[in-house]
Amino acid sequence: MSEKTQVEDIDRSLHDTKNENKYRYKSEKGLTPEVIKDISREKDEPQWMTDFRLKSLEIYQQKEIPDWGADLSDLNLDEIIAYIRPDADLQSDWDEVPEEIKNTFDSLGIPEAEKKSLAGVGAQYDSEVVYHNLKEELVEQGVIYMDMENAIKEYEDVVKEHFMQLITPNDHKFSALHGAVWSGGSFVYVPAGVKVDIPLQSYFRFNAPGAGQFEHTLIILEEGAEAHFIEGCSAPQYSINNLHAGAVELFVGENASLRYSTIENWSRNMYNLNTKRALVEEDGVIEWVSGSFGSKVSMLYPMSILKGKGARAEFTGVTFAAEGQYLDTGAQVIHAAPHTTSTVNTRSIAKGGGKAYYRGLLKATENAHHAKATVSCESLMLDNDSVSDTLPIMKLETDDIDIGHEAKVGRISEESIYYLMSRGIDEEEAKAMIVRGFVEPIAKELPLEYAVELNNLISLELEGTIG
Amino acid sequence: MNKKLLNVCNLKSKVEAEKILQGINLEVETGEIHVIMGPNGSGKSTLANVLMGHPEHEITDGKVEFEGENINDLAVDKRAKKGIFLSFQYPQEIPGVTVENFLRTAKTAVTGENQSIFDFKFLLEDKMKLLDIDQSYADRYLNKGFSGGEKKKNEILQMAVLEPKLAILDETDSGLDVDATRTVAEGIKKLASDDNAMIIITHHNQILDYLQPDYVHVLVDGKIVKTGDMDLAREIEKEGYAAYKPEKVEDYKSAKNC
Repeated sequence: MSEKTQVEDIDRSLHDTKNENKYRYKSEKGLTPEVIKDISREKDEPQWMTDFRLKSLEIYQQKEIPDWGADLSDLNLDEIIAYIRPDADLQSDWDEVPEEIKNTFDSLGIPEAEKKSLAGVGAQYDSEVVYHNLKEELVEQGVIYMDMENAIKEYEDVVKEHFMQLITPNDHKFSALHGAVWSGGSFVYVPAGVKVDIPLQSYFRFNAPGAGQFEHTLIILEEGAEAHFIEGCSAPQYSINNLHAGAVELFVGENASLRYSTIENWSRNMYNLNTKRALVEEDGVIEWVSGSFGSKVSMLYPMSILKGKGARAEFTGVTFAAEGQYLDTGAQVIHAAPHTTSTVNTRSIAKGGGKAYYRGLLKATENAHHAKATVSCESLMLDNDSVSDTLPIMKLETDDIDIGHEAKVGRISEESIYYLMSRGIDEEEAKAMIVRGFVEPIAKELPLEYAVELNNLISLELEGTIG
Repeated sequence: MNKKLLNVCNLKSKVEAEKILQGINLEVETGEIHVIMGPNGSGKSTLANVLMGHPEHEITDGKVEFEGENINDLAVDKRAKKGIFLSFQYPQEIPGVTVENFLRTAKTAVTGENQSIFDFKFLLEDKMKLLDIDQSYADRYLNKGFSGGEKKKNEILQMAVLEPKLAILDETDSGLDVDATRTVAEGIKKLASDDNAMIIITHHNQILDYLQPDYVHVLVDGKIVKTGDMDLAREIEKEGYAAYKPEKVEDYKSAKNC
């Protein structure tokens, strides 16, 4: 094992390979209606989308930056270039993807992932999807998996009916910004009764200094459909603050079941202000698995709206904040129908002065009788400089709900380290073992390669913490 | 031939400002079983932790030698690698880490040799059979949800796997019922050999029915005040510790070696 004195010294060369930027279009800094119109024209969008973008821009300009949670005062939105598209058109054949971009993806393991029979790969390079593929048998069953730009053209009615209905530009400043400048992202449609038994994987990545990333993911599962979507993120490191304000909208039909897994591992200068929501109809199931690493600031609170009777939500999340990081993450669940159930299970870890907060919302409307909610959040601080806490909020309009809540905040136990060391295990490995054990309930929910990645991330994060 | 493993000379220690060990002399050779008895608060567990190298305990005087080397300043994990093992009175629960995974990591650390998953599985199975431990324990999280007896058995399992030269058993028999004591004691007996040594800290005689100690030491107020054999243990069982005071220390053989 190589020795590192500080976590900042982690060899990020794999993720930090920068390509020479060759962009055929680059927006002016700052946002004006003209810039928005240019973006829309460049994408050859229908008029309703242009209008939507312009309306979102108006809202964006009126909204204030949130004054709660993480400090966003260093975020210079005017500096962030909204839209950069790589010098490549959409490709359906890997051989035709430009060599330079392919090399970047190769180092991120994308083609390997496909070889392992993942159903489809939608890899976002800067703002537009450059490579997309979907297994033929899924196409035959009517499954659609494509980039959002093309979905608007090919499935305009479906997209128009759902696009930014769960997350609206009025929700907050960054959802308004997203509505104005969104670019790229995935569209998934699974017809009634179709079960997609292999995970659909998407890999997002940045490659331009100052470029924001505003991808939009829209997933629609009809009645009785099943799918697993994996979102992976990694970004090279730049000196200018970067912003990620994507949106994920998930529509889960009656009796349908969707699992949405993410490991976000942004470079340490990233503001990750992503918004994710799921609407779940009768007896439908949404399962979130979420790992938040990296970034300078994260504010991420995926919401499950349990609209139909008997709908169910499960949220499993892990957050690891090291030096200089402020990760404010959690889950929101809204019980809006009888007999709905939700389970939230999170682990936060903070080290080296990092800040990891769990901020959650549990809401039950008047008619959510016989609902059942369980929240369990645990925090672990690896030293005295770090901060970790849980901030759960409950808003209940009915008494007829069964709630179990457990929150634990603790420091890594010296006695536990001593115990493991008394068996010959050195201090660093003892700590890593305790942390890995702490997140084990989360790791076992992850797809295998992500679980391995999670363990590797923990080991890397803990290297050189002794002494 | 017996070999000197441990030599403790005039050992004094404190934790925070409190002085606990007040000059311990103790010598242990391979093939020996030593028993340390004493009233609550006399420093028995402290002695165990000082020998293991607990970072909160500070040695203020004297020395601990293991196989002729002064280990006063040696870190806990390095002591374990030299062959010292402590069976904890209150073993820690480590959620999310399975017994098997933990022990394979520990065995790798102690031996310095990579343990193949399959070979180690067989080794663990053997040791579990030897100690009459259900195989399902291998997949359970370390001590998590274990009963008192299960934790103690698990400590002895760790000892069986790691094969230390010197095992210190801190109150391994406390909180156990008669059957559990017998199982644990028989397990310890199976592991005792001419190549290793044991220091058994106890305030019951029950476990001594199964193990034949070579020495019984009485520890009072941080000092070994008397050393004898099984008869001493029986006497204490009848009479208690009232007769033993630190000012009436009877010289123990290793004191001369200091």
